[in-house]
Amino acid sequence: MRALVWHGKEDIRCDSVSDPEIEHPRDAIIKVTSCAICGSDLHLFHNFIPAMEPGDIMGHEMMGEVVETGSGINGRLKKGDRIVVPFTITCGECEQCKRGNFSVCETTNRNKEMADKVFGHTTAGLFGYTHLTGGFPGGQAEYLRVPFADSTHIKVPESLSDEQALFLGDILPTGWQAAFQCDIERTDTVVIWGCGPVGQMAIRSAVLLGARQVVAIDRIPERLSMAEAGGAITINFMDESVIERLNELTDGKGPEKCIDAVGLESHVSMSQPDTLLDRAKQMVMMESDRPHVLREMIYVCRPGGIISIPGVYSGLVDKIPMGMAMNKGLTFRMGQTHVKRWTDDLIRRIEEGQIDPSFVITHTRNLSEGPEMYKVFRDKQDSCIKVVLKP
Amino acid sequence: MTYLSNMTRPEGEPKVLHSGPSSLTSSDSLGRGLGWFSLGLGLAELLAADQIAHALGMRGKESLIRAYGAREIASGVLTLSVDRQAGLASRIGGDLLDIATLLPAVSDDNPKRGNAGFALAMVMGVTMLDIIATGANTVQHSRRGEPRSYSDRSGFPQGVGAARGRARDDLPDYHTPSTSGFSA
Ligand SMILES: [Zn+2]
Ligand SMILES: [Zn+2]
Repeated sequence: MRALVWHGKEDIRCDSVSDPEIEHPRDAIIKVTSCAICGSDLHLFHNFIPAMEPGDIMGHEMMGEVVETGSGINGRLKKGDRIVVPFTITCGECEQCKRGNFSVCETTNRNKEMADKVFGHTTAGLFGYTHLTGGFPGGQAEYLRVPFADSTHIKVPESLSDEQALFLGDILPTGWQAAFQCDIERTDTVVIWGCGPVGQMAIRSAVLLGARQVVAIDRIPERLSMAEAGGAITINFMDESVIERLNELTDGKGPEKCIDAVGLESHVSMSQPDTLLDRAKQMVMMESDRPHVLREMIYVCRPGGIISIPGVYSGLVDKIPMGMAMNKGLTFRMGQTHVKRWTDDLIRRIEEGQIDPSFVITHTRNLSEGPEMYKVFRDKQDSCIKVVLKP
Repeated sequence: MTYLSNMTRPEGEPKVLHSGPSSLTSSDSLGRGLGWFSLGLGLAELLAADQIAHALGMRGKESLIRAYGAREIASGVLTLSVDRQAGLASRIGGDLLDIATLLPAVSDDNPKRGNAGFALAMVMGVTMLDIIATGANTVQHSRRGEPRSYSDRSGFPQGVGAARGRARDDLPDYHTPSTSGFSA
């Protein structure tokens, strides 16, 4: 089959690889009908995430049709079923899964020993990501083996198209969880840093959850236009001061809720000297992540407020004003998304027409154009926001 | 590399049979090559400034050569990072400095002017490569054309007005589940 394979920094190829096989009784194989390139794939593309190996298949946003099931699926999935695969692999049986903390499932990471050492305790296995989270082959491919498939799937109602359903596996619940865990009240100002695909979903979620005003920050005009279409007030940080504008919008009190949909590769610019210093430290490996957005959020957030972090961080950050955060009594909520905690509810909202996540797709291409599309997405060429690939 | 990592993969897991074209283009590789060249040259200038000054007939310029070495290393690090364009631009600046420094050494009264002339030719050649790589990288990575407007993409089939607070109909007073209290 064809698959997008990681060969090293900035080196992704559409290779022909052997087909996946059932390895465990709880496995299923799907024929992928749609998959997408995610912002966190770019962190792998840039080699910011440790423990990737040449030959790893990329991709954690995918859906398709079940073509084969293992003997231990027990009727919970059958040939022909149409499913979205959540990017977090879950067993459904461990203590964390039972609590709905699916992204920290205790059983699915097959490199548990390595993860225990690096993270203190293991987190869930993830598709198309580092070997720290199991190194499971990803779904930017024609076929995918889904481990623990009896639990790791979301059945798609026939009424939803691929484009409407695909993002249930990651960016829609990720944006939703980011907004949900802000405990939004009707008097709140919710600010979202970053108008990439997750930021766009977080904006829509904050609007649905009834925030008084939703503010979105970016520097790319087409992304800001999409944010505005979704009901956000926009700030272009290249043109105006984020902190001044946010204080203006909140009578000088600061926003109650702040969402970081940027993560570890924040934009480096001469006008924000801390980002240059972070970049330099990153190069000499004194720091792995660039936390400019975090610093700005802690500074501008209203005392007693909530900081929600769906953006990906990989390791160490420097110069986080913890004293400021502590004295202001801020609450931090973060984590990889507990996808299945939210998806039943979100499917209903899509079916009722409350939201249609397909709005974010700007490019649909054949899988074989994947390597090129990684660069188009990375360089934000051709007004690219979200790429869907068809195997 | 690929075959080595194939051996460590569990049986039944997809393995690369035949590799397609890479996302890494020749201009990316040229940029990277120049980055490594910067690092190597910079280290040589830092550690062997005496020998270089001797070979080029530029005695007394040792500390200048060391300073150029530090500059080369900084350009190299930047060129090897995601900000390749900034690194290449800084390399061109450095090339011009090198040329300005070497030119006086190619005069008739320098007994080592042959060596200096060779070094100058090398620097000018590398400068050409830097200019080519910068041009290619700019063409490849810069955003072209008018940004599209997505002002018709609300994501709300019933409009933004209808969407505001809509989820509160069924979540009137919701709170984030505590990590121990939620049951799936
Ligand atoms: Zn993703
Ligand atoms: Zn589990």
